[in-house]
Amino acid sequence: MPVEVDLILVTEGLTKDFAGFTAVGGVDLQVRRGTIHALIGPNGAGKTTCFNLLTKFLSPSSGRIVYNGRDITAMQPADVARLGLVRSFQISAVFPHMTVLENVRIALQRLKRGSSFDFWRSKSVLDEYNDRALSLIDDVGLSDYALANAVELPYGRKRALEIATTLALEPDMLLLDEPTAGMGHEDIARIADLIKRVAKNRTVLMVEHNLSVVADLSDTITVLTRGRVLAEGDYATVSNNPEVREAYMGVGHA
Amino acid sequence: MDTTTSPVMTGAAAPSMVRRNGETIGFVIMVAALIVAPFFVYPLFLMQAMCFALFACAFNLLIGYGGLLSFGHALYFGWASYLAAHAAKVWGLTPELAILTGTATAAVFGLAAGSLAIRRQGIYFAMITLALAQMMYFVALRMKFTGGEDGIQAVPRGHLFGVIDLTNDMTMYVVVLVIFLAGFMLIYRIIHSPFGEVLKAIRENEPRAVSLGYKTERYKLIAFMLSATLAGVAGSTKAITMQIASLTDVNWPMSGEVVLMTLVGGLGTIFGPVVGAFVILFMQFKLSVVGEWVLVIQGVIFVTCVLLFRRGIVGEIAALFKR
Repeated sequence: MPVEVDLILVTEGLTKDFAGFTAVGGVDLQVRRGTIHALIGPNGAGKTTCFNLLTKFLSPSSGRIVYNGRDITAMQPADVARLGLVRSFQISAVFPHMTVLENVRIALQRLKRGSSFDFWRSKSVLDEYNDRALSLIDDVGLSDYALANAVELPYGRKRALEIATTLALEPDMLLLDEPTAGMGHEDIARIADLIKRVAKNRTVLMVEHNLSVVADLSDTITVLTRGRVLAEGDYATVSNNPEVREAYMGVGHA
Repeated sequence: MDTTTSPVMTGAAAPSMVRRNGETIGFVIMVAALIVAPFFVYPLFLMQAMCFALFACAFNLLIGYGGLLSFGHALYFGWASYLAAHAAKVWGLTPELAILTGTATAAVFGLAAGSLAIRRQGIYFAMITLALAQMMYFVALRMKFTGGEDGIQAVPRGHLFGVIDLTNDMTMYVVVLVIFLAGFMLIYRIIHSPFGEVLKAIRENEPRAVSLGYKTERYKLIAFMLSATLAGVAGSTKAITMQIASLTDVNWPMSGEVVLMTLVGGLGTIFGPVVGAFVILFMQFKLSVVGEWVLVIQGVIFVTCVLLFRRGIVGEIAALFKR
């Protein structure tokens, strides 16, 4: 085991069984700090389940998850987020009937105030986060939409908003679940560019189907099939692996 | 950054200003109407309507702003009215202390029922609240102090702070009006507080709120408790005002009636439950001559509202102004 490299996230024998079906079976994942790590594989390979396990939205049947040297296997999802490991969702996760500004501000509110149980105070105390929120919104190119309700945004912009909201938490590590799914060409380029930028001083682990995005962005790629790790390495290594080609060709193009 | 900030922020003011202006005008009209009304309308009716309006507002806080449908709010309304009536009649407490006793009861029940119910979502949440409320209905039916089928009758209104005699309907009216307005303003503040923002986010997308690090169950529990407590204020005040606590207020049709009031008036609007409560009570009052048929008419109104005016009376009016 390469102990000398700085690992931010490590899983040991991560397993999830659903009533006799093993969605994820003994996955050992090692994510180096400051890298973009992609998780790829055909449909049903267990990528999203893996994500849900890492962020504690699902509890593993067995195995261990260590984040920043700390065992988070038994933690609550909200606590994991508070440690700086923040996820996005496959289906765009915004607060639809809140404005773009309010969407980002709710994340800042959590970061700056911790909990907000003060129901007796006016919400105008939150206005002090507006400038920071607007600068985050500006970073993802949504300045013109700051006062629109999130539900009115086109799909690609919703993903951008989601990333702005996530970044508001100043996470050490981002988990992005198919950030370019369902997007057109220009949107994909914009989001890929955005991911590259935000990854500068943090770690990104993403599930992604678009192989050109994966090739372009990732330092390391882990290929999953049927809940197991099939191959791992940089794009050249992985794409030349005969087993990987077999898995992709056999099950259909990704 | 500053260059982009200022134009956006001036723009930001516009839509929320329109809403706030609308709310201010609405509030002024409501207060004025409630001050003038007792000179034209039977004060007892108005007092009862204000109690139900506060009850509906408390219910609306939970469903309209927290997205949680409780089908057992009669529990807090009814039990608070029993305890307030008992405190005033048997313990001889002053009315404000009796109301506090009832309110505290509702808060405790809200904490207990809430911590069980918030573990489940949607219909299961509603069913747990209903089951607990029905359980407590039977307890109320069986317990001695509630008077069973008779209820607690001839509750003395007493002297406010031991000084002001509340026997006069007009004096009582002022007290109920102050309690109603205080409760209404507290609910308004809760909705527009940092807590209210998180509550809205949870209603909009709970998994996302969790992924941002919010412990959503705590927020839901606090919302549930606040709603139950305010329902308790309404129930207690009603018991003192109407001088009776009865099974009607603790039984499940009361839980249904508060849903109806909120829906007719406008779910998730600040004035909706008030309008809804007055409309429904006025109807029951005017249509009492037709006896049981009032329930049929209520049913028709309910269906019409859900099919044609989904936003309720206030919601539809607000939508008209937005256009």
